[in-house]
Amino acid sequence: MRPEQQGIEVAVLVSVGRHPITGRARRADQDARGLEMALGLERQLPGSRVSLLHAGPRSEEGEAALRGYLGMAAGAGMAAGAGMGLDTLTLLEQAEGSDAIPALAEHLAAAPPQLVITGARAERGEGSGLLPYALAERLGWPLVNGLAAVEKVENGVAILLQALPRGQRRRLKVRLPAIVSVDAAAPVARQSAFGPARRAELEVTPVAAQPDRALAEWQLAPARKRPKRLKIVKAASARDRFKAAAAKAEGGSGQVLEGVSAEQGAEAILKLLNEEGVLR
Amino acid sequence: MSEIRRRDPRREWIARNRLHPEHASVLADLGGIGGGAASEWLGPNGVIRKNPHAIGFIGPNGVKRIDRSGAQQGGHAVGATRQAVQDSRRQVEIPEPAFLVAVVPDMTGGRLSGHDKDLLGLARRLADADPERPGAVLAVIFGQHKGEGGGELKEQAFGEAGIDRLLHLSDDAYAGFAPEARLAALTAVERELAPRHWLLPDSPLGGADLGRRLALRLGEGRDERPATGVWQLEADTEAPLGWRCTARGAAESLDIQRPLPRVALALAECAEPVDETRHAAAPVSLAETIPSAFSRIEDLGQVAVDPAGVALAEAEFILSGGNGVKDWEGFHHAAKVLGATEGASRVAVDDGFMARHRQVGATGTWVTARVYLAVGISGAIQHLQGIQTCDKVVAINLDPGCDMIKRADLAVIGDSGEILAALVAMVEQQRGGQRDAA
Repeated sequence: MRPEQQGIEVAVLVSVGRHPITGRARRADQDARGLEMALGLERQLPGSRVSLLHAGPRSEEGEAALRGYLGMAAGAGMAAGAGMGLDTLTLLEQAEGSDAIPALAEHLAAAPPQLVITGARAERGEGSGLLPYALAERLGWPLVNGLAAVEKVENGVAILLQALPRGQRRRLKVRLPAIVSVDAAAPVARQSAFGPARRAELEVTPVAAQPDRALAEWQLAPARKRPKRLKIVKAASARDRFKAAAAKAEGGSGQVLEGVSAEQGAEAILKLLNEEGVLR
Repeated sequence: MSEIRRRDPRREWIARNRLHPEHASVLADLGGIGGGAASEWLGPNGVIRKNPHAIGFIGPNGVKRIDRSGAQQGGHAVGATRQAVQDSRRQVEIPEPAFLVAVVPDMTGGRLSGHDKDLLGLARRLADADPERPGAVLAVIFGQHKGEGGGELKEQAFGEAGIDRLLHLSDDAYAGFAPEARLAALTAVERELAPRHWLLPDSPLGGADLGRRLALRLGEGRDERPATGVWQLEADTEAPLGWRCTARGAAESLDIQRPLPRVALALAECAEPVDETRHAAAPVSLAETIPSAFSRIEDLGQVAVDPAGVALAEAEFILSGGNGVKDWEGFHHAAKVLGATEGASRVAVDDGFMARHRQVGATGTWVTARVYLAVGISGAIQHLQGIQTCDKVVAINLDPGCDMIKRADLAVIGDSGEILAALVAMVEQQRGGQRDAA
């Protein structure tokens, strides 16, 4: 075996999340799923190294949330007996309200990992989901969104499983280095252990901060409830309005095959299924 | 000659005499058109005569109903009014647009989805804001598409959704997951046509991904960030493009008000779909050839997923069984061969043939399948509520009068077991044929 060829460098970009109900800081759900995937990869490819990266201001609340990620590695590393690269988290310290993208891009370009895993969207701030795309554009790396699993990594090529809507999956082959983003289709993150999370270290590196001017100009407000769409009936006469309000849905447009043999009926159904492309 | 009206006093007399055996046929003759008795005709002196007995129709309870709104004359006019409703759309042509609004719809399953239509409604708002200088909506469509029928009807469906110009790129390179090739095509559109706005659906199906890539590619060198999750738009003269938008941020917990950037990704129900006008949907093409992008991502195709593992609410193809299914072994086999997720009506669940979590309908799961194959389900209203959002419903049933047949797009009357067996045989034969060919 050639362990030095097998292992890859994985960087997981983590953020401070926000609990949807209480609004407290927590580990972000999608980022935690990304880390879970990275830890799975570490088990799959012994010798891989996982590093955690966060850019943002340093605060008490945020630090507690970030330690939540560090507490995830404890069980996996001990059981596998492999070298864990997860006892530290690199924190690129920036002032509040500065742009994280240049700092992250610089850090990743300086020591490029082979795979960067991020959540699809942040739970705080703008939360536009643009960060992985901006990093991919800056670094010139390919990007795959909506990742469900990493199937195989060998010779600098990764076979990935992408989640499509309606529970479908698509297999993709991507040349590394690459950026992948995970959303709710990825495996659920494990629990975080408190003790290892407390003992782990945050490696703080102050970086030059570029203030995010665009965000400062915008008006932010708590989300308003979106108006529910009304069913608007455009009818010329009272009769039409009454019909629209009271009438049961009538078909009329459908094709009815009566008095045909089973084969003819099945043929008609098969034609429709083929047209819709649901048969695989 | 024609001014002299010829009278037939005998026929007039029969027309007046309801008890005459030839009364009905004479009335029909006087009416001249249609099969039913005439209710109005021109009398011999040029006066309109009315037969009040011929007006109206027999209602569902056997009682005669008269509808005085003028919408219905006898039982035949329903189709005609529907036709009239369709024709009331105003035809709009924009020969020299002041600017272009580019829209890249998702085209799920080859059709404009509801989200796409909302987005086109939003694009129309942007284009038609100034009636003096209207803009045109350009839709860029990748891959094959199905219209609401064949031939011209396809273009009609696009026109009715509000598309003025249609750029159809049907190269194999755009099939599957090909963000780099699609991005190259869209940048070519940008270079040549330079639309003022770019609108994409913020849907996980492709618009969200492609839109973000496009925004960053177009925004290179300029400090403008695209708006994502846009759900509201209002005019604002101070903004660079004349519009302000409200966008969702931070996991749906924040509303961001900002000037509308060039590229915007909009949520579903961001605007009302177009329903009053019909547009040209004139095909356009690009003069320059699109450079083929070197792709570092290779699509190896879709993976076969165990259909039983797919959640019923989001399954694409559901085979649902009800009281009419007698051969449950055959039903399960059919679901396996067709690759469909299994569903059931309440009766089948109550009788213990299917698990409770497979129940479709008001008390079970509300499904969103593209194709719903209902076998032996009569279509209780609770069940029909559960399948409201399904695109195509196919029914196999013994009873031609049941409600499911009325809802279905294709209904086959016959024994469900035999038809399913025949269908399974055909699918297996089709697959076998493909394998031989390959």
